[in-house]
Amino acid sequence: MKEKDLKVSLAGVTLQNPVVPASGCFGFGYGMAEYYDIDCLGSISFKGTTRDPRFGNPLPRVAECPAGMINSVGLQNPGIDAVIAEELPKMREMFHQPIIANISGFSIDEYVECCSKIDAEEQVAIIELNVSCPNVHGGGMSFGTQCESVAEVTKAVKAVTSKPLFVKLSPNVTDIASIALAAEEAGADGICLINTLLGMRIDTRTRRPIIANVMGGFSGPAVFPVAVRMVYQVAKACSVPVMGCGGVSSAKDVIEMMMAGATAVQVGAANLRDPYACKKIVEALPEEMERLGIDSLSEIIGVVK
Amino acid sequence: MIEHIFTVKRNEALNHKTCLMILEAPSEAPSDLIRRPGQFVNLEVEGHFLRRPISVCDWSEGTLTLLYDVVGEGTAAMRRWRPGHKVNLLAPLGNGFNVEKSGAKPLLIGGGIGIAPLYWLAKQLVKSGVKPTVVLGFNSSADKSWEEEFRAVTEETYVATAAGDYGVKGFVTDVEAVKNASDYTYYYACGPMPMLKALGLNVAIPGELSLDERMACGFGACMCCSLTTKDGAKRICKDGPVFTTEELIWK
Repeated sequence: MKEKDLKVSLAGVTLQNPVVPASGCFGFGYGMAEYYDIDCLGSISFKGTTRDPRFGNPLPRVAECPAGMINSVGLQNPGIDAVIAEELPKMREMFHQPIIANISGFSIDEYVECCSKIDAEEQVAIIELNVSCPNVHGGGMSFGTQCESVAEVTKAVKAVTSKPLFVKLSPNVTDIASIALAAEEAGADGICLINTLLGMRIDTRTRRPIIANVMGGFSGPAVFPVAVRMVYQVAKACSVPVMGCGGVSSAKDVIEMMMAGATAVQVGAANLRDPYACKKIVEALPEEMERLGIDSLSEIIGVVK
Repeated sequence: MIEHIFTVKRNEALNHKTCLMILEAPSEAPSDLIRRPGQFVNLEVEGHFLRRPISVCDWSEGTLTLLYDVVGEGTAAMRRWRPGHKVNLLAPLGNGFNVEKSGAKPLLIGGGIGIAPLYWLAKQLVKSGVKPTVVLGFNSSADKSWEEEFRAVTEETYVATAAGDYGVKGFVTDVEAVKNASDYTYYYACGPMPMLKALGLNVAIPGELSLDERMACGFGACMCCSLTTKDGAKRICKDGPVFTTEELIWK
């Protein structure tokens, strides 16, 4: 088998492979390092971080679905200062690849403050602006569903940061391409999509929602076709690179999403079913490439016309 | 490595909902794979996205005993597994009970399927020369299981049923041993949250409680089973499921 080239270049950042655990499914990496050597990953998008510590939403926070799950964690995190002082050093000890910092917030000021703080951290290679969390009120997704607010928060953060800025978008919109374009025009260096789809389950015995917060974010293999479609639409509309995310659970899925237009691919819910999911995908990629006659992954990005 | 392929040896109903499953570890799994009673395993169930977390009822030399209630589609699918079925499971998960804190006279309190992890704990206590007292609570005699097995470990085994058709009528808190818990050195409990809360608020001696909550991953990645403790936010699956009475906040 000919040597396979898995490297991709994401807004000037070289990743050894395109496989990136998605935010919220991998903590800050060091916990997962108990199970395998996480240095095999292309990058890690760390747990969504806000200015203040957050406990998140009441329990239950999870409901199972056919080929997926709904979560409503609600951005539980220790806050940006504790992330920088405690989590990042522990992450750095175990992970020596570029880090993606996922930042969320409830106001433009909060996004600006968190992003300018994280911008000073050396191992953070990319800032991922989470304007798409469906599980918090008055923040998260409310910024990500209108062109004007996406542009406003992107522009404000771009003004205080030097690192490549990816805007993570919500699929819960009518026209994803226009939102992505608004982010690009406001200065985004890349687009990440999709965050979870707003979903709901009901316990038919108790006649109550399973999730305490009623609704939550639907993810898992079931959403993969939606994610591929949206990655395709955004990659066609924008000139900046796209990080694809949503329901990816195999090396074949990674390649399919790259063919749709993704430069890197995030893996989310699959990690929660199988802690070794990302490692297995990285290991399976060369063989899958061989099967499909691919020598270099970067040559397949957006090949679908 | 926490991912293992176990083989079902036995899988049978003990009553109308509680089942016993005995599985054999793969030969490469260490004999001390499960380190403490109170730890759990997370089983992959075909056709279901999330795994099913189940407490270890007993572990010895590669033989894993589980008790589980059929409560939904996932556990109903588990009930259909036949001997020889291969199961992908994650183990060991969670922290487990601190056997060494028991003192000379520990009290073990289990409710419903929460009795399961207390069995291996009781066996380990007896092995270390400590004689535990066990209190088991069920809704009714029809729900009762594993009483004889506990009694074989310790004669000091008492049962309460809410329906009153077997043993003491009422909850575990109506059993004399629990009413007089201050006669004991330490307690260990597992069961439904209302039972744990009643114990947490009323039992004066220190102890450890194993919590049950809907989980997604079971190994600390997703934050779906978070709990606010006196030491801040903890993950029930990873930092627990066993918490000490000093850590827990009862509101």
